[in-house]
Amino acid sequence: MGLLDKQFENSNIIITSIDNLFNWARLSSLWYMQFGLACCAIEMMAAAASHYDFDRFGIIPRASPRQADVMIVAGTVTIKMGPRIKRLYEQMAEPRYVLSMGSCATCGGPYWEHGYHVLKGVDRVVPVDVYIPGCPPRPEALFEGFLKLHEKIRSESLAKKKTA
Amino acid sequence: MKKPEDIYAILKERFGEEKVEFKEDVKVVPFIVVAPDAIKEVAKFLRDDDDLDFDYLMCLSGVHYQKDTTLGVTYHINATRKKHSLTLKCIVPEENPHVQSVESIWKTANWHEREAYDMTGIIFDGHPDLRRILCPDDWDGFPLRKDYKVQEYYHGMKVPY
Repeated sequence: MGLLDKQFENSNIIITSIDNLFNWARLSSLWYMQFGLACCAIEMMAAAASHYDFDRFGIIPRASPRQADVMIVAGTVTIKMGPRIKRLYEQMAEPRYVLSMGSCATCGGPYWEHGYHVLKGVDRVVPVDVYIPGCPPRPEALFEGFLKLHEKIRSESLAKKKTA
Repeated sequence: MKKPEDIYAILKERFGEEKVEFKEDVKVVPFIVVAPDAIKEVAKFLRDDDDLDFDYLMCLSGVHYQKDTTLGVTYHINATRKKHSLTLKCIVPEENPHVQSVESIWKTANWHEREAYDMTGIIFDGHPDLRRILCPDDWDGFPLRKDYKVQEYYHGMKVPY
């Protein structure tokens, strides 16, 4: 991080780069959009509740896409839902991130062959930053996904364009 | 409490053998096949008759019988006070499948008939609001038909894996 060790003694001055500061601020308060599509949402709720406690990473749910930084696609994306997901994604302010949670959102899951109604991967409508495997993933796996997203955000720079 | 054969005797006397047919020697519970253009009057009689009193439509489902190239509607009805139940079936051809709606008799049928229409394409004459209920409104084809092929693209999204 390089933030605290550059602190001058007995003063309130911190020297760091703009990139470091922005990335630190972004990854420390990833507010996610509060919606769930299937059973993965139950695990997401468990991760947000007191036992696992998302809030210790600064991750809290927001009920509006305008206030959200990250979208957790938690569950089966039906083809009817696909255009709605895309619209919600477009309503989010940049920088925005997408976590594909579980097998269904990643590739269609158990519906991959005979599920005429299921979108075979949410990456067909929105760009995905982190894929979390599992059916459904445990809260620990969701945390792992968020830590991977932290790594990704930490390597970002204002100078180079985000590739997603 | 009446058995299916007792109920069939009542129905046969009232509607005649060309409208109702009893199937007893089957692996499932005995059922009554009703002509698609008579189901409404039969259903109304079953509901309003004091001895039958079928006040509850438990389930209405659309079926595709691939072997006979026919479509069918299955009605499971129940009398909560008289404590008897009955299975009715309507058989219609694959081309131009029309069945009378029973929505005016049991309101449950409203959404069930919409689902049967959505999945198998059976048209329920007299339904007040017959449109798709599960698939999107502009979806192609009827998914529970045995010869159903899924469309390649829907609004620019690839559908098959």
